[in-house]
Amino acid sequence: MIPAAFDYYRPNDVKGVIALLNEHGDDARVMAGGHSLIPMMKLRMAEVPHLIDLQDVVALKGIAIGGGRITLGALVTQHELIDHDGLAQTAPILRETARQIADPQVRYMGTVGGNVANGDPGNDMPGLMQCLNADFTLVGPDGERTVAARDFYEAAYMTAREDDEILVGVSFDAPKGGQAYEKQKRKIGDYATAAAAVVLTKENGTCTSASIAMTNLSDIPVFSQDASDALIGTSVEDNAIRAAVAAMLKDIDPVEDNRGPVAFKQHAASIILTRAIKSAWDRA
Amino acid sequence: MKDEVQTREDRVAGLKGLGCSRKRVEDARFTQGKGNYVDDIKLPGMLHGDFVRSPYAHARVVSINAEAALALDGVVAVITAKDLEPLGLHWMPTLAGDKQMVLADGKVLFQGQEVAFVVAKDRYVAADAVELVEVEYEELPVLTDPFEALKSDVVLREDLLGDGDTLPDGAHGPRNHPNHIFTWEVGDKDATEQVLSEADVVAEEMVYYHRTHPCPLETCGSVASMDKVNGKLTLYGTFQAPHAIRTVVSLISGIEEHNIRVISPDIGGGFGNKVGAYAGYVCSVVASIVTGVPVKWVEDRMENLMTTAFARDYWMKGKISATKDGKITGLWCHTTADHGGFDACADPTKFPAGFMNICTGSYDIPTAFLSVDGVYTNKAPGGVAYRCSFRVTEAAYFIERMIEVLAIELNMDAAELRRINFIRKDQFPYQSALGWEYDSGDYHTAWDKALESVGYEALRAEQAQRVEDFKAGKTRKLLGIGLTHFTEIVGAGPVKNCDILGLGMFDSCEIRIHPTGSAIARLGTISQGQGHATTFAQILASEIGLPADSITIEEGDTDTAPYGLGTYGSRSTPVAGAATAMAGRKIRAKAQMIAAYLLEVHDNDVEFDVDRFVVKGAPERFKTMKEIAFAAYNQAIPGIEPGLEAVSYYDPPNMTYPFGAYICVMEIDVDTGEHEIRQFYALDDCGTRINPMIIEGQVHGGLTEALAIAMGQEIAYDELGNVKTGTLMDFFLPTAWETPNYTTDHTETPSPHHPIGAKGVGESPNVGGVPAFSNAVHDAFRAFGLRQSHMPHDHWRIWKTANDLGLHG
Repeated sequence: MIPAAFDYYRPNDVKGVIALLNEHGDDARVMAGGHSLIPMMKLRMAEVPHLIDLQDVVALKGIAIGGGRITLGALVTQHELIDHDGLAQTAPILRETARQIADPQVRYMGTVGGNVANGDPGNDMPGLMQCLNADFTLVGPDGERTVAARDFYEAAYMTAREDDEILVGVSFDAPKGGQAYEKQKRKIGDYATAAAAVVLTKENGTCTSASIAMTNLSDIPVFSQDASDALIGTSVEDNAIRAAVAAMLKDIDPVEDNRGPVAFKQHAASIILTRAIKSAWDRA
Repeated sequence: MKDEVQTREDRVAGLKGLGCSRKRVEDARFTQGKGNYVDDIKLPGMLHGDFVRSPYAHARVVSINAEAALALDGVVAVITAKDLEPLGLHWMPTLAGDKQMVLADGKVLFQGQEVAFVVAKDRYVAADAVELVEVEYEELPVLTDPFEALKSDVVLREDLLGDGDTLPDGAHGPRNHPNHIFTWEVGDKDATEQVLSEADVVAEEMVYYHRTHPCPLETCGSVASMDKVNGKLTLYGTFQAPHAIRTVVSLISGIEEHNIRVISPDIGGGFGNKVGAYAGYVCSVVASIVTGVPVKWVEDRMENLMTTAFARDYWMKGKISATKDGKITGLWCHTTADHGGFDACADPTKFPAGFMNICTGSYDIPTAFLSVDGVYTNKAPGGVAYRCSFRVTEAAYFIERMIEVLAIELNMDAAELRRINFIRKDQFPYQSALGWEYDSGDYHTAWDKALESVGYEALRAEQAQRVEDFKAGKTRKLLGIGLTHFTEIVGAGPVKNCDILGLGMFDSCEIRIHPTGSAIARLGTISQGQGHATTFAQILASEIGLPADSITIEEGDTDTAPYGLGTYGSRSTPVAGAATAMAGRKIRAKAQMIAAYLLEVHDNDVEFDVDRFVVKGAPERFKTMKEIAFAAYNQAIPGIEPGLEAVSYYDPPNMTYPFGAYICVMEIDVDTGEHEIRQFYALDDCGTRINPMIIEGQVHGGLTEALAIAMGQEIAYDELGNVKTGTLMDFFLPTAWETPNYTTDHTETPSPHHPIGAKGVGESPNVGGVPAFSNAVHDAFRAFGLRQSHMPHDHWRIWKTANDLGLHG
């Protein structure tokens, strides 16, 4: 658990970060909270000759809520998501999700930007951001661009971000209606065996919109349009939930690991999604 | 003057002796980060070692090229088996009578095996250099299943083959296959088979206790410092048995024992993981001898989990017979024991399967037979007693599962089945069918107290209702009531039948009373968190009448402490605790003579009273122990040597047999496989209770380990012998979040042969806890036809159990 030697940089603006990325190319990586990257470096599974620490880039910090839109700087920590009263009012699913990530010590360091940008299928924020239909803002040598969370993930650890870009923030419309994040895990600190993010709206007892995304059940987060559609126009009775679950099962592709075989994961995903839908519906 | 207003009760309380919940004196430094662990030791000029380890579970080592590593700035040496061979150190003896490669000698037998030792000026350079050592391997077929290994043509240990096709005996007798290590048989085979064949009812089951790991907070490590001027080797390390390590180091290195000083500083937990000798210890010593400067080796967490001693991995095939009304008539067990690539079990020499023959448990079973076959596989060596006496957890799990299976077979309540088969109080000392003499016990009293405390009848009624509700579709949660009554066998042990490498398993205590009435006592044991500095001072306080707060307890330095076999198997209190009491009594005997002289009466006319000797019939005439201590150093007393010191080496006449009744009430979600412990009740009888608070802490800690083992913790391998659970992400260590509340309780049945009646408690909760948790899982599914499933009961395995029983519709 001893990393190879690396050069350490601590620029204080995005421009400085981009310049370093330009200079060192593949050999450089940016680090936000470090709770994914540092263990990988210690295991020598990630070789990072040039490590760019983002902690001094003040522009990447902060939570902004206004005009029905929420913007999170890449360096916003999980702890800040939990601690923020405004978010608790406008998007309670963020707190519910963040509380199920790792443990308090990790949450003081772990960031939204790192969690969504790393592309680890075990991370909870990517699925949540797909559920919220968030946009990711990337900055590179050619300036800024936006990629939808639902288009960002290509494969495990492979994303739409170019090597010379950094993810500076995420933004999304404040979710309306009932929201729930359900996660089954083996223990505190573990990645999900199965997790589901659900946001839906209810009008006169009928579901008028729904968004469903699943975590750690494929090599990327899975937004399930079909599962979402299965709820719309229904009163979210058992049959509708079963239809949503069946649609979700077609979209996920779990693999066997220490958390269990594929059949178990499919079953767990079904149960967790059912619970999340019921919970969101109750809250809607 | 003060004494005149102190009552006798005040004086007793002032000693903080036996029975006092004295606060742990160790905690001040531990809670302030001031402990001094092995990795805290930094000596001038110290170099750092790190291992090149095998990525393969079974392979020939074709070549090792260290050129690039040696060219790296700061690398001092790269040591391989070829370098150790001239010193005879490329292999080392194991505690089990086998031998083990220190560094790969032509082949590797498990993933993570040590192949080369890199020595560098700092830890970072050493890690870089490890990457640069080029090793060429030729992969060989891998055996991870002990049953397959016994049938396979693949020979793991060519070094143990004889000429031609012969198979020389091993350390424990004949071997019947190249991958077979030993067969150990206890009890009456023919009589047991006869009983089974004639029984009303026979229950048969395979009980697997999976491979796991003790995982102490601090990993294993050592710092060796060879002083070439005076020829003295100082070896700091994570040793649970520092004196035995000194002897072993002397025997294999040829350095005379007086020139070796072994020091166990604070070691962050042991749980059996730090009993054995590891390649890192040997390599740090060799590297220090070669370089002439100190060399440190400390493994990381992955190395600890993957390569240092594992625990359990016993496949226990059982048959238990009974009359139709539930009286047990016989027990048969055959165990296939997976020992990994080398037999490095830490058991007393004459017990290759430890005390597995305690597997008749708390029950009066007239006829029994046990056989154990040890097997080599491509897994890490070990087989240590993970917070238990040697293989006692396996034995307790086996019998407590077999009782449950028998209850199913008899369609009987498992609590009642236990009750009608317990050894009765009037049967002690009880001679078991497999050769042990249980010293004392009162199982029925403990059992009834436990059942009453949890409201057993009401729980069963609730459970029956829950089953109805489940079948009616009203709930998806089942309720399990996990029962266990365990009997431990600890305190190894009598020298007549217990030794390790020929060293008798006595233990020792040496006491010096200082002139002002304080004292230091040194012991042959070594605390790893047990709180010896607190509790041994309490034993002494009650024996010699000086306050525990005035007594320093010191362990772990072989230059100062008397020889002892160390701390594991709950042996510290039964053996070293007894030595402490006996040495204290020698102090008291001399103090009595001094008191009589000072009081100008005959020796027999004074008697000990809490903290003083008083003249019989004249309690106003007395000398306190403090006064006596001073007199021992300033008075010329005719016929008595100056000073007040004593030493005792205690060879226990028997083991001690702590026991307990544990009940776990568990809710199980049949869909997700998640569980919730609603209630856990633990009644322990460890004989005389020295410090109730420390006992409670021990029970909480041991139960939490048991929870981990039963519900998720394992060392798992894939078919290629790759470790699948090599980090704490996958190897389950419970946090406060996963840990339930525990209710502790006790009865007190003193050991009749121990000087203070104490039996040892540190390991009971692990021994009893695992079957309690596991039985709760099984019990939840009993109504649906479950007989046996294998631990660990993690989410997917519980889900599979439910799925196999058709509970998912």
